[in-house]
Amino acid sequence: MKWIKIEKKDFNRGLSALAKAYRLLGPVKKEKAHAFEALNEGQTPDFDFFNTHLSPKFLVQPQSEILFEYSLDEGKEDHHILKEIQKDLLPRLVVGIRPCDAAALLLVRRNFDASKYRDPFWVGAYESLTLFGLACGAPCATCFCTTAGGGPFNEAGLDALLVDAGDYFLVRPITEKGEGALKTAGWENAVDEKTALDIVTLLKTAAESRITSTVETDHLKNQSTVALYDAPFWEDVSFSCINCGTCTYVCPTCWCFDIQDECFGYSGVRMRNWDSCMYPLFTLHGSGHNPRGTKLHRVRQRFMHKLKYYVDKYDDGIQCVGCGRCIQSCPVNIDIRKVCKLMNSHPDPSTVCPV
Amino acid sequence: MFNPYLPYPVRIAEIITETEDKNLKTFKFVFLNPEDEEKFSYTPGQFAELSIAGKGEIPIGIASSPTEKGFILFTINKVGLVTNHLHAMKVGDIMGIRGPLGNWYPWELMEGKNVVIIGGGFAFTTLRSSIVYMLHPDNRLKFKEIHVIYGARSPGMLLYREELAAWERRDDIHMHITVDATKDPGWKYNVGFVPTITEKKAPQGDENTYGIICGPPIMIKFTQPVLDKLGYSHDHIIMSLENRMKCGIGMCGRCNIGKEFVCKDGPVFTLSQLSAMPKEY
Repeated sequence: MKWIKIEKKDFNRGLSALAKAYRLLGPVKKEKAHAFEALNEGQTPDFDFFNTHLSPKFLVQPQSEILFEYSLDEGKEDHHILKEIQKDLLPRLVVGIRPCDAAALLLVRRNFDASKYRDPFWVGAYESLTLFGLACGAPCATCFCTTAGGGPFNEAGLDALLVDAGDYFLVRPITEKGEGALKTAGWENAVDEKTALDIVTLLKTAAESRITSTVETDHLKNQSTVALYDAPFWEDVSFSCINCGTCTYVCPTCWCFDIQDECFGYSGVRMRNWDSCMYPLFTLHGSGHNPRGTKLHRVRQRFMHKLKYYVDKYDDGIQCVGCGRCIQSCPVNIDIRKVCKLMNSHPDPSTVCPV
Repeated sequence: MFNPYLPYPVRIAEIITETEDKNLKTFKFVFLNPEDEEKFSYTPGQFAELSIAGKGEIPIGIASSPTEKGFILFTINKVGLVTNHLHAMKVGDIMGIRGPLGNWYPWELMEGKNVVIIGGGFAFTTLRSSIVYMLHPDNRLKFKEIHVIYGARSPGMLLYREELAAWERRDDIHMHITVDATKDPGWKYNVGFVPTITEKKAPQGDENTYGIICGPPIMIKFTQPVLDKLGYSHDHIIMSLENRMKCGIGMCGRCNIGKEFVCKDGPVFTLSQLSAMPKEY
């Protein structure tokens, strides 16, 4: 296992070299919280952050994105015919993405890069990215990645992992893409593997031990979908929800979208926008019927999707990486950890004696 | 990379007003690029997204059969923004079609079997596709008895009236057309709701008989017990569902029932599949 050492004083020089080959993005301090933004020439990403307020999923799936354009001018030969637009897919490099956010993109990829259909917009944007992760030294109180299939030093979905070791970073190239980018940056000072691993293991163990918050997921797969759907606790879980949709917007693994046409004069575009299962319009039929007409339906859909449908559909873990954003941002304190516990421990009705 | 969101451009070749309330029109579309017709190779039961630049898209079942060449048909109820606009469009107008989408009726499974088609109201579109497909000389011998029970509120609300009459005259298909009520003295078919007529006319269910049901929820609700009584097992009852859709390819997240997407894993499900899913449709 190869480890490279970068002195912090040399970090900016490497970034400048990278900026010639990639568009650089990284965490930047904004008024209230950090956000992922394009880094200007000479700008250093600010690594002194927990999780950004919004996840970096918008780098692959922008909140609003034009898919096609067209003309409504009947004088033009190709009027009313949708045209593909030139997408900007130049290589982009994200420095300092958290392991949970990179892992989230892998979960979402299953939806957009499926065997029957591939979403060219999502896949194109994803493939244009090189991800340099930043291991989490000091996770938040709401982080539960270690029981959500990841960890603060998790490498899944990353091209290279940076570990802050005080005066210097230790970097592990993970993919060929990552290795190439490290070379471009001039970061090639390989260090003794054992020494590096000792330091990293120490930091990793310390970080993991700080994550005390957990979810229990071991029984989710065996639970009956219909029994969970009909469970009595949804009334209680959804009671305080105001259907604001914040949880879905801050979530790195929520991918639902809407498609809309927008016109100005004779020219128009078809675009897609983030949507949310929290909104009644999301599922409203033209007839007026709504299969998820109450907030109980919608709250249940969000948690069932993440913690049961996804688990069953892909025969894998939950559709959640434990970043804790929804817990921090929910205005009425709905907590996915508690809901997960209710679902995981829901008794099978066939084994419960009627009272 | 193939872009599943990009519609094939089509021209409206014909518009037929189907029902007396003028709310249902059948649109015949012709592909602007003839090679697109081959790419749009479909099977009865599938649907497509009809796309109007500046308005949006709507998921609609394909009413034509793949045995009909050179065009595709969709019968559209005037309901919302896109369908209202479409009803005001003219022959010659340009729009788009994206698909075919979703799964289809289980034709391979139904080979050599009796097929009972039960439809109500304007949910008869993919059933028309299925009937035309089965009656085609290349396919008719693949199926045993074919029964069709089709009902509407009144004679003037039946879709495809000329074709229904032509099928009535054939001896290789048993037609049981019905209306809820009529004052027309010339009406020579059944009067009564679809569940009642099904009870009277549908053959007994067995291993070799499949029922395909499409209709409003109320019709399905009352037809299902009738089929149970007639001995249809739930894996021999085939249904087609609808939900609000956008992408049509299982990505945008809104049309799921449990872990299944109506657009991609459906719209066709057996009743036994549906009973393992939450009742959220």
